[in-house]
Amino acid sequence: MATQILMPALSPTMEEGTLAKWLVKEGDTVSSGDILAEIETDKATMEFEAVDEGIVGKLLVAEGTEGVKVNTPIAVMVEEGESVEDAEAASGDAEAKAPEAPAEETPAAPTEAAPASAPATPKARAVEPDWPEGTKLKSQTVREALRDAMAEEMRGDANVFVMGEEVAEYQGAYKVTQGLLDEFGDRRVIDTPITEHGFAGIGVGAAFGGLKPIVEFMTFNFAMQAIDQIINSAAKTLYMSGGQMGCPIVFRGPNGAAARVGAQHSQDYAAWYSMVPGLKVAMPYSASDAKGLLKSAIRDPNPVIFLENEILYGRSFDVPEMDDFTVPFGKARIWREGTDVTIVSFGIGMQYALEAADKLAEEGISAEVIDLRTLRPIDYGTVIESVKKTNRCVTVEEGWPVGSIGNHLSAYIMMNAFDWLDAPVINCTGKDVPMPYAANLEKHALVTTAEVIEAVKQVTYR
Amino acid sequence: MAARKPAAKPNVSPEELKQYYRDMLLIRRFEEKAGQLYGMGLIGGFCHLYIGQEAVVVGLEAAASEGDKRVTSYRDHGHMLACGMDPNGVMAELTGREGGYSRGKGGSMHMFSREKHFYGGHGIVGAQVPLGAGLSFADRYLGNDRVTFTYFGDGAANQGQVYETFNMASLWKLPVVFVIENNQYAMGTSQKRSTSTEDIHTRGAPFGIPGEVVDGMDVLAVKEAGEKAVAHCRAGKGPYILEIKTYRYRGHSMSDPAKYRTREEVQKMRDERDPIQNVRDLLLQGKHASEDDLKAIDKEIKDIVNASAEFAKESPEPALEELWTDIYADALPQGDAVKA
Ligand SMILES: Cc1ncc(C[n+]2csc(CCOP(=O)(O)OP(=O)(O)O)c2C)c(N)n1
Ligand SMILES: [Mg+2]
Repeated sequence: MATQILMPALSPTMEEGTLAKWLVKEGDTVSSGDILAEIETDKATMEFEAVDEGIVGKLLVAEGTEGVKVNTPIAVMVEEGESVEDAEAASGDAEAKAPEAPAEETPAAPTEAAPASAPATPKARAVEPDWPEGTKLKSQTVREALRDAMAEEMRGDANVFVMGEEVAEYQGAYKVTQGLLDEFGDRRVIDTPITEHGFAGIGVGAAFGGLKPIVEFMTFNFAMQAIDQIINSAAKTLYMSGGQMGCPIVFRGPNGAAARVGAQHSQDYAAWYSMVPGLKVAMPYSASDAKGLLKSAIRDPNPVIFLENEILYGRSFDVPEMDDFTVPFGKARIWREGTDVTIVSFGIGMQYALEAADKLAEEGISAEVIDLRTLRPIDYGTVIESVKKTNRCVTVEEGWPVGSIGNHLSAYIMMNAFDWLDAPVINCTGKDVPMPYAANLEKHALVTTAEVIEAVKQVTYR
Repeated sequence: MAARKPAAKPNVSPEELKQYYRDMLLIRRFEEKAGQLYGMGLIGGFCHLYIGQEAVVVGLEAAASEGDKRVTSYRDHGHMLACGMDPNGVMAELTGREGGYSRGKGGSMHMFSREKHFYGGHGIVGAQVPLGAGLSFADRYLGNDRVTFTYFGDGAANQGQVYETFNMASLWKLPVVFVIENNQYAMGTSQKRSTSTEDIHTRGAPFGIPGEVVDGMDVLAVKEAGEKAVAHCRAGKGPYILEIKTYRYRGHSMSDPAKYRTREEVQKMRDERDPIQNVRDLLLQGKHASEDDLKAIDKEIKDIVNASAEFAKESPEPALEELWTDIYADALPQGDAVKA
């Protein structure tokens, strides 16, 4: 029987890809394990293997085709004795082995669970822009912006080096360190064994010894192996030494939920690290902030926790073309001015905040959206000023509700702007559960735009 | 490793040999199917296939007795099938459905079965190593003669907690077999690039733990070594290390571009050392089975795997209330007769 070969999903966040190259032609006999094609995903070029043996009956998608959606038929395989007509018949009818669930329930769409495909990036309406007026802008992904930040700082300071798992030869598990090994060599771009507690400690020791390490965790979930060195050694030593010792180090990597990777790989550590005196914590949303804040982090004389997000890595934003663009810690960015409610968020939470603000605008509710950008220090001033104007506040984050950043802000607002509040502050957070794997459950475990809209309506009494 | 030559040393009956063939083939076909379902988007997140390593679990399960325990990493589908867990339940967990072993809440990397003494399925590299020692601690405490198989990779062998565990396991004579599945790569890092000395099995020596290297492409060699290790543990002599040299044919996970090794390296392994082909040759050359017998087994396995995929597609998604269950227990776990 002729069977269709469908465009495969080759990564947790892939929705479409480029069929870069066919390695077989019509009429070829293939066996299990043979490479059929090269496919470019959002992260890498992957080889796509045949699972069963058979004969290539027909290639349905030409090589070089971009934007081929996952599950689109790309070829038809026939068995010995079958003709290409059989293949054509198969390509015509719907004999495809496609998932049968209705689209919006298909676990195939990681986007649903973790919104990898946000609407077009809203234009920044920074009240005070981070760059001089008239600066040329270019569109860049968060991934590229982070890489450029490291490369620029490494060019400028010979004591900056990067280490972590798969950062060098593999070019980064999420390709953030792509190209750094080529430019800086293996003295400064160092692959480590899988031994987080050990290399985090070695990083801290190297910082005590005068270097400026950037330690990449493949994800922050694995930094739990190393948390003793981060907190007991990196964060507290300056204090314990009466100011003699410093620890200029950056711990960076993706934080929070990716898509369908389950409880042990989907935790948001924003609130955890933000609790610790001695650490600084940044959690950027846009590419320009990722770049500007990472450069500041590398220069900072203190240990910095730099929380990135896998889903944001591929997202593009405007980044200023400047020789040395930095963003200071402790300065929030107002993405959207408004009068009826203040929505405060950071990191990927901004996506829900901005989406909600757009929808609320259609209903005549004007939301001011603040991106904290750094969580330690926090720009309380910008938040309080805004709340004094709107008299209402909703916070948005992906992490757990108990002891969240939102909890802390609520208390701060209550103590410092109580008389201005017209409604209790509402915290929108991830649910109080470990992250489930099932697609439908994961979608509900995360904070949603609908919940933010609902919260705004509640505080504005609509 | 030498080129394939079916050894004339079957320390097993033809029936047993046929069983190993069947068990390994089930894992391979199951994993191929899982790879397909991933490509179709029915399986999400990370999915680490066991193809190439089948002889390791099948050989060690042949050395295990009822009640023995096992714990492993995220590359766990083979372990579950080999210890007798239901392919339908495993596949439905991969698709995140109600019929899965964790009712869709765990996924590929996090699955468990108390009934089959399978203690996971763990996503954090190295974390299962002290867990395995803890399971064996419980058995020694309770005074039974069970043994725990604690599986981990060559990459995991660099985690500090492995050595903390070696020390305590030896100090307290815990009945645990540390099984290092050395497939030569940890993601894109070859063992050479991550490990200061090549012989991981000697790393127990400073703690007084005996260790040996085993050819992991030969299910009979694995079984033999497993029996020796198990006897050592059951005799109360403490832990034992097996460094089993094996090879994964596929990428680290489904999203690994695998640029760190050549196609030829993989192909050579497949052609010369394949563990399933090895047993197939033994069966045919020893006249223990005919081509037709093996075809019948192939068909039987294909049917089981296809049925599991059907089950995993048909099984509904978990009810939304499931989001809020299993966070706290109301009672102690049942199943493994816990009697002091
Ligand atoms: C503590 C921790 N660090 C990093 C990772 C990411 N990671 C998952 S598997 C893996 C490679 C492990 O290799 P190995 O132990 O050899 O096992 P194999 O995958 O070869 O079976 C890495 C780095 C993780 N899951 N946990
Ligand atoms: Mg390995």
